[in-house]
Amino acid sequence: MAKASTKSARSKAKKPALPDRCDVFVAGAGYVGLATALSVARGAPDLSVVVADAAPEGVWEKDGRASAIAAAACKMLEALDCWDALVPHAQPMTEMIVTDSRTADPVRPVFLTFDGDVAPGEPFAHMLPNVEMNRILRQRCAEAGVTIVQGAGVTGFERDGALTRIMAGDDTIVEARLLIACDGVRSRLRDMAGIRTVHWDYGQSGIVATIAHERPHEGRAEEHFLPAGPFAILPLTGNRSSIVWTESTENAERLLKADPFTFEMELEQRFGLKLGELTVEDGPRAYPLGLTLARDFVAERFALAGDAAHGIHPIAGQGLNLGFKDAAALAETVVEAHRLGQDIGALDVLERYQRWRRFDTVQMGVTTDVLNRLFSNDLAPVRAVRDLGLGLVDRMPQLKSFFIRQAAGLAGPAPRLLRGDPI
Amino acid sequence: MSDSATTIDQAEVDRFSRLAAEWWNPKGKFKPLHKFNPVRLTYIRDTVCAHFGRDPNAPKPFEGLRLLDIGCGGGLLSEPMSRLGADVVGADASETNIEVAKIHADQSGVDVDYRATTSEALEAAGETFDIVLNMEVVEHVADVDLFMKSCAAMVRPGGLMFVATINRTTKAWGLAIVGAEYVLGWLPRGTHQYEKLVKPSEIDAALSGTGVEVFDRSGVFYNVLADEWRLSRDMDVNYMVVARRGA
Repeated sequence: MAKASTKSARSKAKKPALPDRCDVFVAGAGYVGLATALSVARGAPDLSVVVADAAPEGVWEKDGRASAIAAAACKMLEALDCWDALVPHAQPMTEMIVTDSRTADPVRPVFLTFDGDVAPGEPFAHMLPNVEMNRILRQRCAEAGVTIVQGAGVTGFERDGALTRIMAGDDTIVEARLLIACDGVRSRLRDMAGIRTVHWDYGQSGIVATIAHERPHEGRAEEHFLPAGPFAILPLTGNRSSIVWTESTENAERLLKADPFTFEMELEQRFGLKLGELTVEDGPRAYPLGLTLARDFVAERFALAGDAAHGIHPIAGQGLNLGFKDAAALAETVVEAHRLGQDIGALDVLERYQRWRRFDTVQMGVTTDVLNRLFSNDLAPVRAVRDLGLGLVDRMPQLKSFFIRQAAGLAGPAPRLLRGDPI
Repeated sequence: MSDSATTIDQAEVDRFSRLAAEWWNPKGKFKPLHKFNPVRLTYIRDTVCAHFGRDPNAPKPFEGLRLLDIGCGGGLLSEPMSRLGADVVGADASETNIEVAKIHADQSGVDVDYRATTSEALEAAGETFDIVLNMEVVEHVADVDLFMKSCAAMVRPGGLMFVATINRTTKAWGLAIVGAEYVLGWLPRGTHQYEKLVKPSEIDAALSGTGVEVFDRSGVFYNVLADEWRLSRDMDVNYMVVARRGA
């Protein structure tokens, strides 16, 4: 299993904030870790839940990124009493335009318009700043009795019968019944648990930035399939948008190193000028893109959730939504088992979560992989086929509604929280 | 083992003793029981909560209820019952099973009063319970009638008794014996013998005159696609019944 913790004495004095024992120990205080912890704590108030984050205090407040929240994830935030506080920061997306064209084409043909709501009055997605989501999740966690400790990265853990002994922070030892790793796509806990991954590197990077523009976007999201890969414009509150711009890693690095003028020139060429003059408000930052799927999502007293279980291509904007689905399914599994008096860390209990989530995840991973391969090239025959494909989708209401439901994250057997119900 | 124990089939006790160490391995020989646990736990919890007016979503809904898990094996049911708040006595005729169960409960920090004893001995000692669990046991005892009567005698007024077993039908022979033991290899061969399987009517007959009466029955069926057991109206193979003593 994991690195042995041979330190004999428990050093309580160094990290008084970490308890000696808890029921559920969540490693990683991103939105998946926080949502999982909150859902468990609300579903089973008699379980003690700890969230330990490797980053020092205050780092989370510096996250300038925004995320697309599909309708199902939005329902979950409602069920967790977080949504009302997020409404002022949320930009509804009511329309999505998907086009395919060469960068230099002056007017891009519009092939696929995902306009219209999933249900009347319900936008298919919202854009939310990560920092606001994190803030309200932390607040609700604190209200639900969840202990959040910063600067407490997990350095090792070992299973011992009905417990797992976790070393975190400055060699503090915490005994927990279940360890949940939400420590991101390059999860160290996943490696410590000996869980291997399937990985493809796309040789591409996603450039992320917040752009201010002169004219309003009117809630319209755009995804342009450019030869280097998808270029997405996602509306934020006010006259601002978030961009996710795919380039080869080499070009991305070059763009980030270039002077601001060159970057804005390149940006304008892709963004277009219909929203007026553009200013870079936050970023740009580049993230290497790849597909990483964990071979197992669970082991005895151990579970992976979010990017630690699956890092997928951002082409369909589904990373966060898959993460929320994990959080909802894992919390429901743990709470249900607890209400039946079962051992919440037992392998047969955790395997219910794995069965529930893995098929959906692999399907989404493969779909986004195929989409990316199909759209990230400039061969004329491939362009013709995919243009025809997008055109056909637009003309067939049933197929289109299938895609829009997928984009809204409503397809498949949904955990209760994603339907907006408590566990 | 006392020679006076009348409902014990020594060959059955020996076979399970050899398997005892496997009890708590969800991938081991008792995998089918681990798989079976969620559906029977749900049935027990929901029936008990409805009967005693408890909230199934509240912490420790079985608080204050005294429960007997007869034929408890390695404690697969006793531990969850204790976590739900019940005051649990786990009884098994096999000393080995009781030892395994004790060790495991200790590791898990769960409080169960495990005893290597029989239902007749408990009855003779004047023990009574709010809930008697008699799960996957009757098909292994030597005298079903005597065993059922001794269990029923320990049910307090207003209390419940759960019985889960396998029906004696051709379908059960095909699925639970040939299928589970020979084709799929889920259970060791010889776990169940056809002539020892028990029909629902035989449960009713054994309980007649005890003051404990069956009021709910449910079949349990394995869903191949979902890889889980579910409640079903079909009682031809696995089934559960619940009986009560009037208050």
